[in-house]
Amino acid sequence: MTDLTQLNLADARDGLAKKQFSAVELTQAHIDRVSASSALNAYVLETPEKALAMAAESDAKIAAGEARPLEGLPIGVKDLFCTKGVRTTACSNILGDFTPPYESTVTQNLWNDGAVMLGKLNNDEFAMGSSNETSRFGPVVNPWKAGDTALVPGGSSGGSSAAVAARLGIAATATDTGGSIRQPAAFTGTVGLKPTYGRCSRWGIVAFASSFDQAGPITHTVRDAAMMLSSMASFDKRDTTSVERDVPNYEAALTGDIKGLRVGIPQEYRVDNMPAEIEKLWQQGIEWLKAAGAEIVDVSLPHTKYALPAYYIIAPAEASSNLARYDGVRYGARQQGTDIDDMYAQTRAAGFGDEVKRRVMIGTYALSAGYYDAYYVKALQVRRLIAEDFTKAYEKCDVLLTPTTPSAAFEIGKNVEDPLEMYLNDVFTVTVNLAGLPGISVPAGLDGDGLPLGLQLIGQAFGEETLLRTAGVLEQAAGFDAQPQDWWSA
Amino acid sequence: MAENKNLISGATGDWEIVLGLEVHAQVASKAKLFSGAATEFGAEPNSQVSLVDAAMPGMLPVINWFCVEQAVRTGLGLKAQINNYSVFDRKNYFYPDLPQGYQISQFQQPIVGEGAIEIDLADGAVKEIGIERLHLEQDAGKSLHDQHPNMSFVDLNRSGVALMEIVSNPDMRSAAEAQAYVKKLRAILRYLGTCDGNMEQGSLRADVNVSVRKPGDELGTRCEIKNVNSIRFIGQAIEYEARRQVDLIEDGGTVEQQTRLFDPKTGETRAMRSKEEAHDYRYFPDPDLLPLEFSQEFVDEIAKDLPELPDEKKARFINDYGLTPYDAGVLVGEAENAAFFESAAEGQDAKAVANMVIGSVFAGLNKADLDIADSPVSAAQVGQLVGLIADDTVSGRSAKEVFELMFEDGPDQGKNPAVIIEEKGLKQVTDTGAIEAAVDEVIDANPDKVAQAKERPKMAGWFVGQVMQATGGKANPQAVNKLVMLKLGLE
Repeated sequence: MTDLTQLNLADARDGLAKKQFSAVELTQAHIDRVSASSALNAYVLETPEKALAMAAESDAKIAAGEARPLEGLPIGVKDLFCTKGVRTTACSNILGDFTPPYESTVTQNLWNDGAVMLGKLNNDEFAMGSSNETSRFGPVVNPWKAGDTALVPGGSSGGSSAAVAARLGIAATATDTGGSIRQPAAFTGTVGLKPTYGRCSRWGIVAFASSFDQAGPITHTVRDAAMMLSSMASFDKRDTTSVERDVPNYEAALTGDIKGLRVGIPQEYRVDNMPAEIEKLWQQGIEWLKAAGAEIVDVSLPHTKYALPAYYIIAPAEASSNLARYDGVRYGARQQGTDIDDMYAQTRAAGFGDEVKRRVMIGTYALSAGYYDAYYVKALQVRRLIAEDFTKAYEKCDVLLTPTTPSAAFEIGKNVEDPLEMYLNDVFTVTVNLAGLPGISVPAGLDGDGLPLGLQLIGQAFGEETLLRTAGVLEQAAGFDAQPQDWWSA
Repeated sequence: MAENKNLISGATGDWEIVLGLEVHAQVASKAKLFSGAATEFGAEPNSQVSLVDAAMPGMLPVINWFCVEQAVRTGLGLKAQINNYSVFDRKNYFYPDLPQGYQISQFQQPIVGEGAIEIDLADGAVKEIGIERLHLEQDAGKSLHDQHPNMSFVDLNRSGVALMEIVSNPDMRSAAEAQAYVKKLRAILRYLGTCDGNMEQGSLRADVNVSVRKPGDELGTRCEIKNVNSIRFIGQAIEYEARRQVDLIEDGGTVEQQTRLFDPKTGETRAMRSKEEAHDYRYFPDPDLLPLEFSQEFVDEIAKDLPELPDEKKARFINDYGLTPYDAGVLVGEAENAAFFESAAEGQDAKAVANMVIGSVFAGLNKADLDIADSPVSAAQVGQLVGLIADDTVSGRSAKEVFELMFEDGPDQGKNPAVIIEEKGLKQVTDTGAIEAAVDEVIDANPDKVAQAKERPKMAGWFVGQVMQATGGKANPQAVNKLVMLKLGLE
């Protein structure tokens, strides 16, 4: 039998349907691989028994001819998603051994469609980070290496991207607040899709910044991303920011035909110091789409340079309030104190890592009396202008093509002491979150060190079908089939 | 502006009290503002707490539209501006009974804007008190400090319960006005059914802003007295606080802007925290919730079945029933009382009914500590009894006895007044012959008094009294009076 962990989601689905292997076999192959992968630190909790039980149920469904869309397909879940009866920590000490008595809507949707849970995946603490180095469980190591140098897998969904790249799960759930799906996908040669804000329910996902947070998949292929999104997306009465709108069959949108599609190239994304390789790849992407019959249009997103500062005010502001509930009173870790205020201080000082503290402090400051108008209100105005930039651009085009990141994966520890340098990782992705639009990163090539690079497509609100169709064409043209060498299996 | 007659005197002259109130009224809703958990009073601690109320990770608030309707309904009852677009904000602060670490409230854009209510003053005048705004917000839970020697417990049953915060303008000038305002507001809320107004259970409580100034001066520095939960305490708190401020200023001190607490045991207020210690609440729009928007049709639909409110009912009682403003005011204080009166007054002399309802029914209920809903005497029975007085079946004096008998019997016995009159032989004697005999008897027995009466005609009253007594109160007083005058030769 072939190595079942080498299959992508669509192929595994077809193999199961043809009874070439069972869901239990498929799951067992992944469990074995996961258990040998501790060098990557992608999983923070493995749930093999649960996985096998779910897989056995899937086999019964398949045998009964009642296979659901993701029947028997083993996936990993970012530790930001609350999973009933399974420890959920957002990779923060402050949640201790918190075990939710409820299941997030997105993961419930996946289980309802037959998917199998392999375990919980590492991420930056509370999804705050671009390198997966802020996790309480320690950094995730990118399966891709430049020589002997250990690299970050991107963040905050670094466990998800590393797991998919290292084939420790056929797909993974992830979340994207400022680029946390697309940037790690770009760093690991995987596909990362951030849907339109409101497409997936946020209910049961540990909140970072509520007006940005959105769940999405990290997968091997664009088709796999479409399959995952078809299950993950739903209107949810329990999340009033989710949008009541039918969920199309996204896989059906992958026609491969983009003739006449207008692809916008935003001039402001040519930033200073962008590596020539990335510039070149971007140009290559333009050529690929042109060759497939798309029309290339130059567009302007004039407020792009204000996006990062605005994001790093609004997101921390929301986070400072969202994280107030972690106070040691009702659940999670508590440090005793001399009185209630001291208990709060001790608990939060011990429970939060440096990056979380930094953002809570920035956010608290930005919302303080006397600073609110100068920072928070101003940032909201910028946010509106950025959304308007996109609206205007979309009068001239249907999707936008940009690089996903300004660099390939970097060395672990390189940016830890320089938060601003770290924040610059989000420069191409964060505008999409500010405008609430869908974006996807597609692996498009390797740099001189043999590291993967991604191109980003940005769609119109709820334009996931066009976005995926275009991404499919880009994927086809790029023909990216490189894989990291397995140096980690024990 | 009318002259303020409620000045308080100090060593340096008279002072004026300026009062504004923030009333927190719990929305009469079975479910909380952003969760489906129950809101019943007195439940086991932490038995009415949803995952949202406990602020579990990843939980999100969902607006309860019933509560929105109640806020709109209240706004309409306060003749206030209804804002079809409003925004929920987060008010951030740490407290163990505040699970989210923020209260969801409305700060810059409340659901209801300016309105007004009228209060009746003691001298019969009417004063308008401006309403600045009404907004929806969550209640907090409750800390329990008496369960463990060195730990506090938290009960989250109230956490997330819907409150309407109703903010007045600083239009009140005395404790009595503030009390009248709360009474009136409470009556309006109860008429509307949007809040049960139960102050003992905390469904209605007031933050009282008190400042003092010399008449005509700028506003003084105010202190806010938090969470006063009875109308009597509101009065006491204001009297104490105003006097404290006057004494402080006259002793050369200055009033510090403070949040204070009223202690019902001592009748005093004490400082909770000063302006410097005040929280910076860092209000910002709650990103978990969309702005609260509704159509004009939504408002119109609610306006359609708005009940008659106290002011309108009072006017109608004065105009249609000929009641005095005072009686009408007393009767409309509670919707149930007004309904009782109207039911009793059907087909009867309304003024006489009003007298009996206020004089006998309310007095009896008060004494027995009963609600009007549990009145032993029904509205129909009150109506019948008034009718029996009017047609001379029973004297007013005997009617009192009949009422008391009915009240003691209670509703289960259900004997109508006519039956009691019959059984107890309280029927009024209108037979002139019988009365004449009784009059003659009294005159014959008291020749000295007859002589006196010829000198002083007012003495006739004594004879009437004697005759009434002799007939056990059953004689028709008018008939007795007429005969006494006649027999004494005074007419």
